[in-house]
Parts: sequence; C-alpha cells; structure tokens
Amino acid sequence: MKISLAQINTRLGDVEANLEKHLACIKQAREEDADLIVFPELSLSGYALQDLTPAVAHRPSPDDPVFAPLLGASQDVDIVVGFVDEDSRHRFYIAAAYLSRGEVRHVHHKVYLPTYGLFDEGRFFAWGDAVRAFDTDFGRAGIAICEDFWHASPPYLLWLDGADLLIFTSASPGRGISHAGKLESAAWVERINQAYASLFTCFVVHANRVGFEDGLNFWGGSTVFDPNGRLVGQAPYFEETVLTVEIDLRQLRRTRARLPLLRDERTALVQRELARLTAKEGM
Amino acid sequence: MLHRPIDLTINTDLARGVLTRFIRSEIGRAGFSRAVIGLSGGIDSALSCFLTAEALGPENVLAVRMPYRTSSPDSLEHAQQVIEKTGVQSVTIPITEMVEPLFARFPEMSATRCGNVMARARMIVLYDQSEAFGGLVVGTGNKTEILLGYSTLYGDSACALNPIGDLYKTQVRQLAAAVGVPQEIIAKPPSADLWVGQTDEGELGFTYAEVDQLLYLLVDERFSLHDCVLAGFQAEFVQAVWERVRRNQFKRMLPPIAKLSNRTVGYDFLYLRDWGT
Repeated sequence: MKISLAQINTRLGDVEANLEKHLACIKQAREEDADLIVFPELSLSGYALQDLTPAVAHRPSPDDPVFAPLLGASQDVDIVVGFVDEDSRHRFYIAAAYLSRGEVRHVHHKVYLPTYGLFDEGRFFAWGDAVRAFDTDFGRAGIAICEDFWHASPPYLLWLDGADLLIFTSASPGRGISHAGKLESAAWVERINQAYASLFTCFVVHANRVGFEDGLNFWGGSTVFDPNGRLVGQAPYFEETVLTVEIDLRQLRRTRARLPLLRDERTALVQRELARLTAKEGM
Repeated sequence: MLHRPIDLTINTDLARGVLTRFIRSEIGRAGFSRAVIGLSGGIDSALSCFLTAEALGPENVLAVRMPYRTSSPDSLEHAQQVIEKTGVQSVTIPITEMVEPLFARFPEMSATRCGNVMARARMIVLYDQSEAFGGLVVGTGNKTEILLGYSTLYGDSACALNPIGDLYKTQVRQLAAAVGVPQEIIAKPPSADLWVGQTDEGELGFTYAEVDQLLYLLVDERFSLHDCVLAGFQAEFVQAVWERVRRNQFKRMLPPIAKLSNRTVGYDFLYLRDWGT
C-alpha cells in the first residue's frame, strides 16, 4: 500500500484556494500510484480560524461545492481531508473525513479541544463525542486529530475497535527551542507516535502542516511508523511536500506473531477498573 | 528545590530557519517583498538586519541610520559594518534638525523626555521610508526588553513584525554570532545611545545575563516568585523584576477599548492578522 502525506501550507479562511491546492496534491499522489492521501488538520480552512469558523464550514456531502470535486477525485485515490463540519443544528466541529470511491466512508469530530496556553479551540468549536474505527479497502483504520492523540485514550479505543492503520492529522504550532536540533513540540509528537506504533503494533501515519499563521510556525515533519515502531518515512521540517511512502501491510502479521500485545490485551479488566474508578471518583 | 543550571542555549540553525521563513511569509502575505530597518549599530538591529537580508535578499532591504548630534561615532561605524557585510541598501537621515526645535522649546527637558522624543522621531523617519521604499518596518526588540518594558512606546518598539521578540538578549548574542554579526558589535555594552555614556545595564541596574535567567524561570518555566528564590535568586531582585514586568504590561498591548456594543474590537471581534492570506 502507498500513502501520500500532503504536508501543505494553507490560506487562512480561503477554502477555494485551499481546495485548488488539495486537487493538485491529489493529482500528484495519483501519479505516484498512491492508494491514500492524508491532509493535515483543518487543511481546507487553515487553523487559527477564530471568528472565521462559521464562514468556512462545509458539509461532507456530494451537493457541497467543496466536497463534490473531492468526492470525484476520491474515485482514484482515498482521501483524508480536514475541515470545519457544521451539523444540522449549527454546531461547528474540527473534523476529518475519509473519502473513497466517491463516498464519505467516515467523519471524525475532534474529541479533545485544547483550550489552554496558545490554544483556544473550545471557545469556537463543539466537542466531538465518538471515537470509532472504520473499514477501508486496506483494512480497518481510525482517525485522530492532534490533541486527540496527545491523550492516550482515543488511539487506544481505535486500536480496540480494530484499527490497524492509525491516521493522525494535525496543525501543530512549533514551540520550545533549546540547544536540541528539534523543537520540543516536534520531538514530543514523534516520540508518542513511535510509542503508539510500538504499543499497538500498528501503522501510525501522521500528516502535519507547514507555514505560518501570524507568529505561529507549523513544523511539518510528517511521519509513518510501522508496527515495529520503525520509521518508514518522514517529510522534511517546515517545507511544503507531498511525501509518498510504501507500507507492507503484512508487517502487521509478522510483528504480532512475535509480539502478541493485541491478543493479550485484557479489555474486560480495563473496563472493570474504569467502571470502578468512575463510580468511586465521579470521573 | 533542586538547583539546576539554567541553560538558555538555542539551536541557532533551527532559530535562523524559523525566523527567516517568518519574515518571508509575513511580509509576503501582507503584499510586500521589501523591508525597512532602523540600524542603530547595536546587536539587536544588526541581527534583525542579517535575518531580513537573508530572508528577502539584501537588495530588498533598506537599512536606515538615524544619528543624533551626540550619538556615538562608533554607532554609525558599527551600522556601516552591518550594511557592508549584509549588502543591504542604506540611507543616513540625521534626526538632529527634527528634534532640536522641541528641545529648545523646553530647555528643562529631562534625559528621559529627550530620549523618548528621539526614539519617536526615528519612528517617523522609519515609517516615512517604509512608504517611500515600499517595505515593511522590521522590529528589533528582544524578549528581555519587551518583558521589562525597556523601550519607548510608539518609538523604537513600533514595527510591522518582529522576528527577534521571542529571544532573550543572551540568545540574541548567540544567534548574532551564528549569522555573522561582527564580534565588535556583539561584545560592546548594550546601549540605547540616547545620551552620552548611557548603557542598558547601568540604567536597569542588573546584567542581562542575570535577568535573562530569572525571566526564563518566571516566564518560560512558570516558576512562582518563591520558586525563583528557592532556585537561588535574591528575593528583592525577583520582586523588583516581576514588578517591572507587571507595570509594563501596557506596552505589550493595544490600548483597551471601553466595551459598549455586543461586538467590540479587541474582545470579541477575533481574527488573526493573516486573515484571508
């Protein structure tokens, strides 16, 4: 299977311009025989939307002017795209949709909205309320958006729900400079993504964006880790790139024959202990 | 509390890459390709000039020297070294004739007042050159100076974007050395050069090396004042610095608007400056 990571910059609030860039990247991915192309968080709108949020919202359906061409393009290659989803009662979500063969296979609404430090997502967006894996032509997959995978529970739930391909998207602002050769935020994300691949013996695909929004820099460095926790490929830091990497899905079988963490996972025990904790502490 | 050494060292390749990209991106999306910088001969404006020349190409940068009658000749000469080393365009516009009539009108004017007038006269010249040259004004204020409020409001702090505002003075020195700022400029005592013999450290009453370490704990590491004392800083020094940071918050913000309507600029009319670009 070949996966393209579309590590793009976006125009803040200009969905039309961003759509054009998406279609160009999808064309490139097709030329490289990719089966799936993954765009970063809020790839159609830009990240720090603030009061632009309602103006850039779209519905992932064939009658939407932005999703119609994307669904058309998904006839040839599967697409994960980031956008603002508006539900029928006008709640706005940070969302990612999996498009395949002209259909919307899955929509994930971000379940953890960072509202601290430089982040203010909870002020503008509604909290997603579900973490679900879904079937693709390449096996079962799951999507988590940025802060979703800073928490351990969404990737864990996706794993238990059958996802062998974890698709992570983000618009991660670079921060934390020291003598080290990487920003602290970059080192942190790479470390946990490698850890998820190792702990869950699955593929972890991460598409991060690049460019600036005012003084915020987005650091790129998108990665693919295999079920052994090995780095399969990484896009450069800070540079706009479409990186296509090939993964061997049979690696799942070889790794899990050696390391049966999934087989031995005691979900009933976890559930019992969680039930006890939530009853006792009112969590 | 464990007293560990405070390390402000930065990876200069990483910082240089982010800052030159920032300059290119933010000037470009504002619809410009050129920049204007006030070059004092000091390390901060020298670093900003080197970074901007690298980001935009030296032919797209105009360095403006704005000496006053009493300015140190070294300042002009050091600025000249930066101009020659970066290859940027340059112009020298003395402010003496601009400011002296006001000084003559108020013979009792204090050194602080005179310094503020000069800083604001330079701002006027710089923004005029911005329009004439078709370039945005690139700022030269570092993180130490911004936190301590050691600048003139609407004077030397006025700019369109500031690439070095998240670097402490200690880190400015490190990055300046890495990008090729002449050693003479890096080594000399920092001074606003608003009057003869003025130095930053003399006026502030402490060294940048000391205060940068303290500010790093207070701001970046979120230490409480008490934590800083436990980490080995004098209680009076910690108090005085934090009070100075607090008193100067106004210099870091746009003036507050009194809210009357349902939607007010500054409170609930929220868009980035990069809106639509």
